[in-house]
Amino acid sequence: MSALNSTLTEPLAPMAQQCVPALPRVLYGVPSRGALSLEEHVAIHGTLPSTGGRGRRRARERATMLIEEIERSGLLGHGGAAFPTAAKMRAVAGARRRAIVVVNAAEGEPASRKDRTLLETLPHLVLDGGVLAAEAVGADEVIVCICESADLGIESLTRAVEERVAAGSGHSPSLHLVVVPAHYVAGQESALVNYLNGGPARPTFTPPMPFEQGVKHRPTLVHNAETLAHIALIARHGAPWFRQLGTPSQPGSTLVTLSGPLTYPGVYEIEHGASLSSLVQAAGGTTARLRGALLGGYAGSWVHSDLLSGIALSNEHLAPYGASLGAGVVLLLSEHACPVAETVRLAGWLAGQSTRQCGPCAYGLDALAMTVLEIAGGIAQARAKQRVEHLASLTARRGACSHPDGAVNLILSSLETFEAEFAEHARHGPCDGCARPPEMPMPYRAVSQCGSRGTRR
Amino acid sequence: MSQRARVNPIACEAHGMCAELLPERIILDEWGYPIIDGAPLEIWQVKHAIRAARACPTFALLVERDRSPAVAHARSEPSG
Repeated sequence: MSALNSTLTEPLAPMAQQCVPALPRVLYGVPSRGALSLEEHVAIHGTLPSTGGRGRRRARERATMLIEEIERSGLLGHGGAAFPTAAKMRAVAGARRRAIVVVNAAEGEPASRKDRTLLETLPHLVLDGGVLAAEAVGADEVIVCICESADLGIESLTRAVEERVAAGSGHSPSLHLVVVPAHYVAGQESALVNYLNGGPARPTFTPPMPFEQGVKHRPTLVHNAETLAHIALIARHGAPWFRQLGTPSQPGSTLVTLSGPLTYPGVYEIEHGASLSSLVQAAGGTTARLRGALLGGYAGSWVHSDLLSGIALSNEHLAPYGASLGAGVVLLLSEHACPVAETVRLAGWLAGQSTRQCGPCAYGLDALAMTVLEIAGGIAQARAKQRVEHLASLTARRGACSHPDGAVNLILSSLETFEAEFAEHARHGPCDGCARPPEMPMPYRAVSQCGSRGTRR
Repeated sequence: MSQRARVNPIACEAHGMCAELLPERIILDEWGYPIIDGAPLEIWQVKHAIRAARACPTFALLVERDRSPAVAHARSEPSG
């Protein structure tokens, strides 16, 4: 298990000792400070295995070979939806018009730092993946979208692109860097495409899906930054190597952002299916007793502390708990924190992150946040829980994107996991823990540049 | 080929015309937004559905032919 301390306030820690010799993969050669230069990157990973070649036909054959190799590897998207990567690439490659590749490092998820960590330290691995994907789907342009709050990532990426231009990479696709607003839903595929087309960074009504008609009306392949880093490695080492780690249904390794009361919170690379306890151990153990863990991110699910010892980190293992790995977020909540107060803040934050384009999301999440607040304050009317469930059914699956679905999932999961605590609050009002400072990060409280507040006509 | 009614939630502004014209398939939630039964429309309902779609002031109601499963792509998570 490899560790990379990425708490922004601290400098990057040197690589921790490896527990499994096959790891790290993506984080291999991570520098203790700053980013890996092109020269260092090539020294570690070798030059880019070009899918292109002499002659169009040959290039096309080799491009198909890469997609086939990715299909054999069983790589799933690392942005949260775990959609098969090769299927998405095939859809774009099959389109008639020239495609565009979008590298998604918008990372609107407040509890996730893996994409910015990747771009801060290993920008060339992600760019390799972008270039390979572009060659595989016949794109002439790679657009890297990075969150406006990731200052170091923007800096290192800018330098990396300059290095590549200076090295003169010949016929390879052109690389562009676009800074996107720090907003929870700005990283949603259609929102990114809309933003790149000059619109606000808000999801649009689909179809057409980006792979049919995306940036500049061209078929657009949107891949998460970490997914592309894995592609860069699969192209070099092959599918059988990739499958040496992980589970049959979710092969390979994944980056995980681990936070909470730990000695060394940060970004770690683990094998899919690794136990949560081994991850916590790699992070130096916990500094407090736990109340539960949030898995997947702010659209994810809670797991009660009683069950944590049996948790293995793959979607297949987490399914019985109603959870998934999502974008690789593992957030531990200490026993001092009040899960009810955390849920109140989270529900309010998620409601605030609605772009208020779709009525059910705008009104439903507001009403849910209000009801949860009433329960926490002990002023809820009778049958408040039924009210939450009713509102949840009115809100989920009724937006243009999956934001309301994720928010509802989180609220319902909190209510179920911390049933006793919620019942206690409903009867007696706020507890001592309610006044404690929040444990869960909730940045960019005000909706930023995408100008979404109050735009409902 | 079966047809289904669907709403564009971004365009919808809760005028509620659709629920008036296609009550067999559409009811309104507490904020006035349509809740649509997404099952294929009965043949006799198609005419009413098209009428409801034309009456929508924001053209948010759609009557669509089934898309092939290959195109019904998973919606991605907001975290990207």
